[in-house]
Amino acid sequence: MTVKELRERLDLQILSESDPDRAVTGGYAGDLLSWVMGRAQSGDAWVTIMTNRNIIAVASLADTACIIVAEDSAVEPDVIALASEKEINLYRSPLNIFDLCCRVGSLFDL
Amino acid sequence: MSEPVKFHFDVAGDNFSSAGEASVKVKKLLRQLSMDPETIRRVSIAMYEGEINMVIHANGGTADVVLYPDRIQIILADTGPGIKDVSLAMQEGYSTAKDNVRSLGFGAGMGLPNMKRYTDRMEIESEVGKGTTVTMEVFLPGANA
Repeated sequence: MTVKELRERLDLQILSESDPDRAVTGGYAGDLLSWVMGRAQSGDAWVTIMTNRNIIAVASLADTACIIVAEDSAVEPDVIALASEKEINLYRSPLNIFDLCCRVGSLFDL
Repeated sequence: MSEPVKFHFDVAGDNFSSAGEASVKVKKLLRQLSMDPETIRRVSIAMYEGEINMVIHANGGTADVVLYPDRIQIILADTGPGIKDVSLAMQEGYSTAKDNVRSLGFGAGMGLPNMKRYTDRMEIESEVGKGTTVTMEVFLPGANA
């Protein structure tokens, strides 16, 4: 599944979408950035409520397929600009983390 | 045999927003050199954790990356307060980071453990009051290290 297909099926809001054809191979949820870097896999859709600038570096370095900000958590314009600059797919959803993860999981038959 | 390729970065101590810039640059450089993606991921995550540690605890420092034919070496050096008990600091979940750092999603006590997890060799030299030097190596796939 591509990031674009995931975004369409979960009805996600686009904050930045530089690489819509990137393959999504799984999911990971977490807000502690080191935890995410230690455990998330390359190609995961990363679900979080954390929205500071460091999430862009973490997504880039951990090589996740996209970031999905849950619960409509506020994202500052400079973070969105940074996501575009670093070519990170950044989306948002009003669902809470649990519901969002259930939806992501259902797409992967988890 | 040609000299190994070296990169040097200064890591600013007071700026969380720019923390990780050196790691992102290294990631880009390794990608340009067509290194395999998992090696790039391991090197850049280990280096990022080290950078963040220097920002949190040591008011910055330096990062040197050396590309050998069989391995990538990362040396992070600071003149910060040093680590009192290295084996305690290596335990997952142990952290001395302050609340403002935790509110950003850091300080979970995973930095050093992640650096060890993602590298093949890691050495910490630290003296309280003098500073800390962390040397990490990631072996390249297929290299007989």
